[in-house]
Amino acid sequence: MGILNKLDNRVEQFESGNIIITSADKLLNWSRLSSMWQMFFGLACCAIEMMATSASHYDLDRFGIIPRPSPRHVDIILISGTVTLKMATRIKRLWDQMPEPKYCLSMGSCANCGGPYWEHGYHVLKGVDRIIPVDVYVPGCPPRPEALIEGLIKLQEKIREQSLAKKPA
Amino acid sequence: METNEVYEKLKKVFEDGIGELKTDVPVDPFFFVSADKINAVSLFLRDEESLQFDNLSCLSGMDYDKDNLAVVYHLYSYVHHHKLVVKVVVPKSNPVVNTVSDVWAAADWHEREAYDLVGMTFEGHPDLRRILLPEDWEGHPLRKDYKVPEFYRGMKVPY
Repeated sequence: MGILNKLDNRVEQFESGNIIITSADKLLNWSRLSSMWQMFFGLACCAIEMMATSASHYDLDRFGIIPRPSPRHVDIILISGTVTLKMATRIKRLWDQMPEPKYCLSMGSCANCGGPYWEHGYHVLKGVDRIIPVDVYVPGCPPRPEALIEGLIKLQEKIREQSLAKKPA
Repeated sequence: METNEVYEKLKKVFEDGIGELKTDVPVDPFFFVSADKINAVSLFLRDEESLQFDNLSCLSGMDYDKDNLAVVYHLYSYVHHHKLVVKVVVPKSNPVVNTVSDVWAAADWHEREAYDLVGMTFEGHPDLRRILLPEDWEGHPLRKDYKVPEFYRGMKVPY
């Protein structure tokens, strides 16, 4: 099985240039990471930074990340901002509505661990990972657009490692 | 018009509803009004020619001391450009105050916030329910003796 033996981590292209052979894993992962549609979910100040990252200076559209209003259309939810207990029930419902494969990126201090409200915030959920599984945490208050982009690239690397044989966690 | 002039005017019209005037405090001078007269006093403050307090800048509920709650009204007049501070003190065992939401429309949501955070009930309010906290929250957080709950709907609340 000559050609398939040479595959391992590479993509083989024939000399005439019209045919590429790769594995289904790589093709699926590449298509998933290149078009991560995100959910319009800004809660507080981090939402402004998320919007700034999506705008023209630090463009998110060049990564294939466009915002969608409905949870049914998205792959990734960016929890940006303080999660209050009143909102937490709604976030759980939205997370359950997202179709697989889905990823969560927790942006900012408040979504990671409760942020500046950790001590006296009776109404704040101390970290969104108490209700939904988080894939990438981006620290900062708020994180700079470059930091958010690095978090998204780390999520892309995580998706690149996935395989069809194992279900994503 | 200064606060003590407004106070003299009010004392002539409503004798028993107005409490004492406090001027030796580091903040703006204010005076107390009794809880059941606040609606009538507010109508007078808003409609009287020389007073015309047509703007309720803020209405806040607070935990006054060990057994009392208070409501503080900050009023402003766009016509005469003067301001006023009024306080109503009620006991914690029966925190009921007349509403002023029919006098100034802004009081509607401010009174809902005072009910939500401090537990002050407003008699005559059209829609008194929680505004900031979830509807099934127990307790009034801005009281001094409030304890943070351990769990809310299965989520651990403290850090």
